[in-house]
Amino acid sequence: MTGNTNLHEEPSYLIDTGKRKGIMAWLTTTDHKRIGLLYLWSIMVFFIVGGILGETMRTELFKPGQQFYGPQTYNAIFTLHGLIMIFLIVIPGLSVVFGNFVMPIMIGANDVAFPRLNLFAWYLYILGAAVVVISQFTGNGPPDTGWTFYAPYSTQTHTNVIAAVSGAFILGFSSILTGINFIVTIHRLRTPGMGFFKMPLLPWAIYATAWIQVLATPVIGITLLMIIAERMFHIGFFDPALGGDPVLYQHLFWIYSHPAVYIMILPAMGVITEIIPTFCQKQIYGYKAIAISSLAIAGVGYFVWGHHMFTSGMSKEAIWTFSLLTFLVAVPSAIKVFNWVATMYKGSIDLKPPLLYAIAFIFLFSIGGLTGLIQGALATDIQVHDTSFVVAHFHYIIFGGVGFAFLGAIHYWYPKMFGRMYNIRVANVAWGFLFIGFNLLYFPQFIIGIEGMPRRYFDYLPQFTWAQQISTIGGYILGIGFIILIVNLFRKNGAKATSNPWGGKTFEWQLPSPPPMENFATPPAVPDNPYDYD
Amino acid sequence: MTTEVKHITEYPVYAKVLIGLLVLTTFTILVPWLDLTAFTALIALVLASTKAGIVMTYFMHLKVEYILLKILVIMVLAIYVSVIILTFSDYIFR
Ligand SMILES: [Cu+2]
Repeated sequence: MTGNTNLHEEPSYLIDTGKRKGIMAWLTTTDHKRIGLLYLWSIMVFFIVGGILGETMRTELFKPGQQFYGPQTYNAIFTLHGLIMIFLIVIPGLSVVFGNFVMPIMIGANDVAFPRLNLFAWYLYILGAAVVVISQFTGNGPPDTGWTFYAPYSTQTHTNVIAAVSGAFILGFSSILTGINFIVTIHRLRTPGMGFFKMPLLPWAIYATAWIQVLATPVIGITLLMIIAERMFHIGFFDPALGGDPVLYQHLFWIYSHPAVYIMILPAMGVITEIIPTFCQKQIYGYKAIAISSLAIAGVGYFVWGHHMFTSGMSKEAIWTFSLLTFLVAVPSAIKVFNWVATMYKGSIDLKPPLLYAIAFIFLFSIGGLTGLIQGALATDIQVHDTSFVVAHFHYIIFGGVGFAFLGAIHYWYPKMFGRMYNIRVANVAWGFLFIGFNLLYFPQFIIGIEGMPRRYFDYLPQFTWAQQISTIGGYILGIGFIILIVNLFRKNGAKATSNPWGGKTFEWQLPSPPPMENFATPPAVPDNPYDYD
Repeated sequence: MTTEVKHITEYPVYAKVLIGLLVLTTFTILVPWLDLTAFTALIALVLASTKAGIVMTYFMHLKVEYILLKILVIMVLAIYVSVIILTFSDYIFR
């Protein structure tokens, strides 16, 4: 901190200094920090909608039989819930919010490489979201295929699949543009003296993510176009009656959608890697192993998609290969988990909200990861395939992992983003509600999944009632946790934040809170080790 | 950053590339007539990849780019080839 010339009195990025004011200044901004916040607000709005949809499904499932909506509505609602949560929230997720807000600062840059393209990507994101919304109210009713759009059903259902697919297609373009932008930023705009191995680990994670966005997303784009072509012109890519192959759809879909899981989780892992050293005041354990494991996850992650297809009728040679590769991809993830725990060992642990979320992440992600191995193993997968076991597994990864990391990231960088603190005690209470509610909601689904409760079913046998009721109550506790969290973050009575409230070492903590529009007046001095606590 | 070196490709080179692409396109059109059954698609794909490679090398100036960019492009190709091989590990054995 000594001799830092960047704590100067420039107006913060939140103050309009250009010729446009208010909302127009935000909608035309090319500042990476403001674009990060645009994404944050959009994601928050979509999350509230997607969350409420989830709560209605839990309420419907409280008892066997119909409570207040029927099976077709249920199908449409889980489809929309999946579309919103996957395509609008967790795929862009941490990468667009925190990749935009803090990544350029962490590498000592004043913005991303293509600021206008960055804003354009946000507009594409909003356009894609709008098309998804339109798909709900036009044509022959909202799509009922599930977010995976599996053929041949997606090519045959009378519901409005084409519009929803077009929305996902546009969202894919937004994702590709963001990926290109971040790759070029990290290659070209690192401050002088910052080699790749002097970068903090969040930029490493964002970098690996960006490569997946650029290389995998075109595959889903083509696949979605093939659905549209099949529906409109009956070409016969997927329909066996026309000489097509429905398993081909599953290949194409998962060639993107498995790597997409790493688009979601890698930035989350990056965030956890930032939070843990700060709140343990300790050098990160195994810097290079964590950096390289991000690339390894991205690389091996391209070759495991077949684990979604063990029961599809794929050849057994392919099934064996994909099972083996799936076990291999668990290794770099486990490396990270061990390194986080090793970092905490003998650290001076400060249980502030961001660290609570990080610890919850490690716990929930580990449960999600280990139950993933049960599905990666061929024999056990047959038993749990398409049951609520899978639902529990991916919610532990996506919500317990990505979601909790997102909340941890908000609580970590909130003082930097908005220049004030939140009430720490209330934040801890919200965390307690979320953690307890989450486990009550999803853990019972593992048990009844093994017992044979199918996923995506509107109704169930009476012996599953106990678990469904615990889940629903857990869902309500989770909802209360979110209300407390949001109210706490929106109350504007927090104390003014100092430039470095948590004692972090990376560059963003050397700037005022909130940072000025041009981040750095002078290029920051690059330390040999970005986590130099000892 | 680094001093920019200007590379000027001469017109005859572009002309040769154009002729090469046209010749390969002719092959692409002729292949289905030869009735090579399963190999038709394979040969068509090889021809198309060759054309794409020529376009990237000359028209998109990959030939004179930094080594880093070449490595990145090769890495991307390697991933796509592996993905295609893995997919066919299903179709060949099914
Ligand atoms: Cu997967």
